[in-house]
Amino acid sequence: MSIFLNKDSKVIVQGITGGEGTKHTARMLAAGTQVLGGVNARKAGTTVSHKRQDGSDVDLPVFGTVEEAVRETGADVSIVFVPPAFTKAAVIEAIDAEVPLVVVITEGIPVQDSAEFWAHAKSKVGSDGKPTTRIIGPNCPGIITPGESLVGITPANITGTGKIGLVSKSGTLTYQMMFELRDIGFSTAIGIGGDPVIGTTHIDALEAFEADPETEAIVMIGEIGGDAEERAAEFIKANVTKPVVGYVAGFTAPEGKTMGHAGAIVSGSSGTAEAKKEALEAAGVKVGKTPSESAQLMREIFAAK
Amino acid sequence: MDLFEYQARDLFEKHGVPVLQGIVAETPEEAKAAAEKIGGVTVVKAQVKVGGRGKAGGVKVAKNADEAYEYASQILGMDIKGHTVHRVMIAQGADIAEEYYFSILLDRGNRSYLAMCSVEGGMEIEQLAEERPEALARVEVDPAAGLTAEKATEIVETAGFPEELRQAVAGVIVKLGEVYKNEDATLVEVNPLVKTGDGQILALDGKVSLDENAEFRHEDHAALEDKAATDPLEAKAKENDLNYVKLDGEVGIIGNGAGLVMSTLDVVAYAGEKHGNVKPANFLDIGGGASAEVMANGLDVILGDDQVKSVFVNVFGGITACDAVANGIVKALEILGDSATKPLVVRLDGNNVEEGRRILQEANHPLVTQAETMDSGADKAAELAHQAA
Repeated sequence: MSIFLNKDSKVIVQGITGGEGTKHTARMLAAGTQVLGGVNARKAGTTVSHKRQDGSDVDLPVFGTVEEAVRETGADVSIVFVPPAFTKAAVIEAIDAEVPLVVVITEGIPVQDSAEFWAHAKSKVGSDGKPTTRIIGPNCPGIITPGESLVGITPANITGTGKIGLVSKSGTLTYQMMFELRDIGFSTAIGIGGDPVIGTTHIDALEAFEADPETEAIVMIGEIGGDAEERAAEFIKANVTKPVVGYVAGFTAPEGKTMGHAGAIVSGSSGTAEAKKEALEAAGVKVGKTPSESAQLMREIFAAK
Repeated sequence: MDLFEYQARDLFEKHGVPVLQGIVAETPEEAKAAAEKIGGVTVVKAQVKVGGRGKAGGVKVAKNADEAYEYASQILGMDIKGHTVHRVMIAQGADIAEEYYFSILLDRGNRSYLAMCSVEGGMEIEQLAEERPEALARVEVDPAAGLTAEKATEIVETAGFPEELRQAVAGVIVKLGEVYKNEDATLVEVNPLVKTGDGQILALDGKVSLDENAEFRHEDHAALEDKAATDPLEAKAKENDLNYVKLDGEVGIIGNGAGLVMSTLDVVAYAGEKHGNVKPANFLDIGGGASAEVMANGLDVILGDDQVKSVFVNVFGGITACDAVANGIVKALEILGDSATKPLVVRLDGNNVEEGRRILQEANHPLVTQAETMDSGADKAAELAHQAA
């Protein structure tokens, strides 16, 4: 088992003909992902040539709209690689086509665009009262269920399948942690992104990992800025029974300087790494001072099992 | 990007928000000329991106142009909470009858926009929110719908404006909503919003923060940047599209990915505790593709920082595997030649790590030391910086 993504997930790529879209479509196919086609209004009706995981050739159809791509392929996941200026429209198109999972990789999206597509996603609910579309990102590495499917830009060969669930704001820290714990392996790893407005949150992932029978422990990686980690700590205290190991980056970040991610900024006393660490520890989360210390804490949890 | 008051005033005017005349001046002579042009009573206001300038003596009412000259010469060059005053704004004097407060901002926690409004303006809003929270109306603004006329009406009603003022204030709020939306702001704040003796509603002082991610659709925003305040190394890094933040320390840092670099700063600071308290000198994220050119540009910026005594290159090979990164480092050192003088500790991990380490070993550059782990690399770099200090 896994969360949000498995071997049966059917994926389309918005921006499949662009540079990033082309490169990562190839990587996703090589990782075993069922990529069934893509979207580019200006190249509708053409195909793009790639290789499947087994080395066989495949010509993927390019559709004019997401709606058409979904109708023709039965896709239930879309990954967005279009440039920032066009991302809002692309995501809204996917929401309107009722794609259940939309993973937005694009970096540098104006925050009002993200706030708008998020508001749109929230307002479009199904018969169960829940939003029909889950968004992961933007500005994120995506999601990987090792051995089954990759929808994102995470290197697929870092780790195999296993029992740890991982949720992180940061891409390379995710890779680092997966690499350190590759002997235990991961059920699913999600990079939720470091922008001020994101779709899937730490809490959404924690809730799903708690419910996933194959996930036995959870790693949560946070960084300075906002109060998402503090909120997650409260959620863990009330709802998570599985062991959680945490790591927070940015203890040495000065106030008022943005550290790479648009959302990673300490303003006044809010958003500091220290406050996040304290909140997590108060919720029973073991928090390492460094990535390797966090990995060691996770190792100890499995050794005691 | 936070704007100066005069820049906010100009944006307000552009979008039809009622403001008084305001002219920016960098010398007492310019201040005098501005006061003459405006005529009558003016206010000389220090332009600094920090609160509390009134208390610090950075705002003075001038009865005539000669007084404006005098106050400008006092205020220019003044230090307000560590910010040097390089400009003043000469603002038209106002006949203030009442002061109010309004702001609209990005509400991260709720992934939405929040409008705040009060009939009690003029004081620090944090203080008002704490002491009399009931006096501050907080109204969510749906990002998909925006700040509509209906929403503005709801805001002024919730804030408790008297019937006869509601329409006028709501009209100004809609215009401020246009500033927020059309300029891609993350904050538009007016404090105070005033009613004058003759019943006009005016935005007297404004604070605006703009979203740098939206610069591609606002060609005019680049000109609003305060280039004088930007660190020269940060400016150089920006020219090369590098994500660099100058800090106060001795160990230069290069890494890939914002989270990993932030984490590297922390690990170096911990290691520094054992080595004379050396600290990380910078944040530098060279991104996913660590090509030779990007690596060379990054090293060049870091080596330009005189405070730097050693450099820690911490890269996790993901999509760009370690062999490519190692080749990048070797080529970067070739490009830099004799200008590279400080010891480099390199830690590579991840994809093709063996090949990457072999490449560095064979190149055998005298400045390069390899480390097996992030922790040991940080320790080595801190030790080298301490020795050289």
